[in-house]
Amino acid sequence: MTSNERPLSPFLHYRWQYTNTLSILHRLTGVFMTLGLVLVVYWLAAAAAGEENYDLALDLLRMPFIKFVWFTWLLSFYYHFLNGIRHLFWDIGLGFERRVARTTGWLVFISSIALTVLTWMCISVRLYASDNGAFL
Amino acid sequence: MSLRSPLSKVLGLGAAKQGSHHWWSQRISSVALTFLAPWFLLSLINLGDVGYASFTSWIASPINSVLLSLLIVALSYHAQLGMQVVVEDYIANKVVRMITSLIINSALLLLAVIGVLAILRIALSVAPAIQFQMGTGS
Ligand code: HEM
Repeated sequence: MTSNERPLSPFLHYRWQYTNTLSILHRLTGVFMTLGLVLVVYWLAAAAAGEENYDLALDLLRMPFIKFVWFTWLLSFYYHFLNGIRHLFWDIGLGFERRVARTTGWLVFISSIALTVLTWMCISVRLYASDNGAFL
Repeated sequence: MSLRSPLSKVLGLGAAKQGSHHWWSQRISSVALTFLAPWFLLSLINLGDVGYASFTSWIASPINSVLLSLLIVALSYHAQLGMQVVVEDYIANKVVRMITSLIINSALLLLAVIGVLAILRIALSVAPAIQFQMGTGS
């Protein structure tokens, strides 16, 4: 069928604007977090598998590389969460004006970095203080 | 010649061959996540210790186990709907698209079931211990 050969994402061919990047970031973060769901569920399943198994799992979840994955997940989450709220406001017809859309776009971008750093610091202070400290 | 009225045309069903159901489900799961996801994050920070005893007893509390299960379901549902759109956008070949969707959907369903069962198991195994303590405490 010829219809199968048509480009499915014509929007990808438009001129670059930074709003394009913001929008593709929503998609990238969504896909990345979906992959990360494996870790979240592994963590829960380990907790259900008894103390010994849970401790082994924590060792794994605390490895530097996995910590990096958690950090990226958190950053993705804040970006996607804040930008998702922006999407939801658009859906009820609010915030479409070019100036407002730009301002909120930057706001989302900067806030997500700020909130990630803040959360990471909270987690380090609160969780690393105890011996059972987090992998986060 | 088809005698069917072009209802799908009238309803504006596009390339997805379905109506606004997908769109609405995505919005509803998004709104649910807007509350559930920050709740979980704040709870974790507030808990301060994800060691076995502390984490499992947090999960076992009735409100937490219900909200956490809802979070897992909303999360995997939202991710499934989202990934479906991504797959539809980038994979032009119908067969490859269907197989990819099937794999993603199965994986997410599996994750959701494992997650909820884990919560259930923790809730059911930790809660009786608390009752037991309360029963013998006096
Ligand atoms: C507070 C949380 C969240 C909110 C408010 C939210 C909101 C949204 C919204 C409104 C969309 C649709 C965007 C559009 O129409 O283009 C979307 C897409 C998506 N979301 Fe989320 N989301 C949240 C969390 C998550 C999480 C935790 C995951 C993954 C585990 C996720 C995965 C996805 C995926 C894969 C898409 C599809 C991306 C696309 O089509 O470009 N979301 N989200």
